[in-house]
Amino acid sequence: MNLSVLLDMAAEGFGDRIVVGTRAEGLTAGRVRELAAGGASLVAGAGADAVLYLAVNGPAFPVALFTAARAGVPLVPVNYRLGAAQLDHLLAQHPKALVVADAAQAAAAQRAGLGFRTPEEFLRDAAAAAESAPAEEGFVDPDSAAVIIYTSGTTSAPKGVVLRHANLVSYVLGTVEFAGADEAEAAVMSVPPYHIAAVSNALTNLYAGRRVLVLESFTPAGWIELVRREEVTNAMVVPTMLARIMDEPGLERAVPSLRSLAYGGAAMPRRIVEQALREWPHVGFVNAYGLTETSSTITVLGPAEHRAALDSTDEAVRARLSSAGQAVPGIEIEVRDEDGAPVPAGMPGRIWVRGEQVSTEYAGRGSSLDGTGWFDTRDQGRLDAEGYLFIEGRIDDTIIRGAENIAPAEIEDVLLAHPDVADAVVVGVPDEEWGQRIEAVVVARPGTDLDAAALDGLRETVRATLRSSKTPDRIHAWPEIPRTPTGKLLRRDVVAGLAPAEQVR
Amino acid sequence: MKPRIGTTLASTTDATTAVVVRWGDADVEVTCGGAPMVDAKGPEAGTTHPADPDQQAGTRMGKRYADPDLGIELLCTKAGAGTLAVGGTPLPLKDAKPLPASD
Repeated sequence: MNLSVLLDMAAEGFGDRIVVGTRAEGLTAGRVRELAAGGASLVAGAGADAVLYLAVNGPAFPVALFTAARAGVPLVPVNYRLGAAQLDHLLAQHPKALVVADAAQAAAAQRAGLGFRTPEEFLRDAAAAAESAPAEEGFVDPDSAAVIIYTSGTTSAPKGVVLRHANLVSYVLGTVEFAGADEAEAAVMSVPPYHIAAVSNALTNLYAGRRVLVLESFTPAGWIELVRREEVTNAMVVPTMLARIMDEPGLERAVPSLRSLAYGGAAMPRRIVEQALREWPHVGFVNAYGLTETSSTITVLGPAEHRAALDSTDEAVRARLSSAGQAVPGIEIEVRDEDGAPVPAGMPGRIWVRGEQVSTEYAGRGSSLDGTGWFDTRDQGRLDAEGYLFIEGRIDDTIIRGAENIAPAEIEDVLLAHPDVADAVVVGVPDEEWGQRIEAVVVARPGTDLDAAALDGLRETVRATLRSSKTPDRIHAWPEIPRTPTGKLLRRDVVAGLAPAEQVR
Repeated sequence: MKPRIGTTLASTTDATTAVVVRWGDADVEVTCGGAPMVDAKGPEAGTTHPADPDQQAGTRMGKRYADPDLGIELLCTKAGAGTLAVGGTPLPLKDAKPLPASD
């Protein structure tokens, strides 16, 4: 199956339902299909081999996604916040693309020698082509590329993850019930279009029949206002967004229409999710773990599990609030040691996954799987006896102090549990004696002050909870910790800020 | 028949339609309401047959009907009164635990 079949099903099953945008001005499922057929004729007319999307999220994004699918070329959403050198490098990979770009990105398109349409122009031209010469339905191979997403490159150079139609369709069929949403449901998306969650969100909500709204630039008050005004029932946020909503002084946080809040993309501080569960007792919380390479979600911790964990006196059940949940249908998970052998429940190791929704290829770099179809996530974690997965951070972030491997996440969890700490990061800093020493950076919650005595107190808390070899040699208080707009920690920038320049390689 | 994955099959006894999600290697007839289904965009589209009164268990939109032994899985895109069956044996409703929306 290919993505166009999903759109055909929606257009035939509930074609008059508004699935993109506001109730007043949104697009119906049937209209999205017409625009995709018009857009595909623009692609064919231009002889383009990809649709490159260099703009903020909006109604043009799902239309571009299904335009590419209908035309049989990949959609390539590109991070418009990248620096000029990186952006030029990525655009140079797609010299024959049809480009949809915000006017603010005109310079980048011009440097690459590419013409472009703004999202408004693209929708206008697709509508005109839908009238005059919609694309014929051709055969699109389910094994062809539907989307190419470049990884954020927080730990290495960006890689183009090739997601085939079969990968994404498997994810949608395995996790979503067709037409399962009732007509009043609306979802708000707060992540940018170059994030895998934006792609999967556009697909799953359409397939479920749920209207999607986008919030172009996140602020706590703006998010609350949109949820109330459009009576949003479902929302997806990254952890830093929920933390900002919960920590914003004086913000009126009532969201009576909200039924489901999904979060993922980075580690969620337990203090924040506990506060949110208490403030919004009517909301079902969903923690989703996945990677670009896995077509989004591969494990889910559901609403009932969140509530059971919050109310439990059993520490093993309470701890599940920090878990990413259990594997979704069609996904196998193994935790393995460095030699590739599976480890017993409870033991940490490297997380491997297998399933139809897992990408098999990096653009221009060949297979991303081992000989038996398993993918190395390069995430560290453990499975408990009931198959709940706990993520302990990236393997590449492991600190090696002396001969000891230390996962920063464990120490960060202790720091984040402190009521005065809004954000925290633990990194290894080059050290002559130990190879690396442990240093931490924390951000005080609004209205609190972390002075020298408070920072000493924090070190004592870590020492008492973990042990001295895992206690940061120094803890610094910064006004902010560098993160990507999608909430991922920029550890390299933290290390650069802590270590003298000549020591950083 | 041996339809391609993603093909829409149409009932010839009522308005039921279903998309082929899996097919495997089997070359068999799928029936709806007792008569063979046809490719909704093929030459036989629009043909009609009388319905078998014993094959009227009905389908529900969005539900999957599958026989893991044959490797066949259909997803109902338009509900109808007829039963989806292979060789007279109804395709069982695939019991899928709905997941909470995760994105």
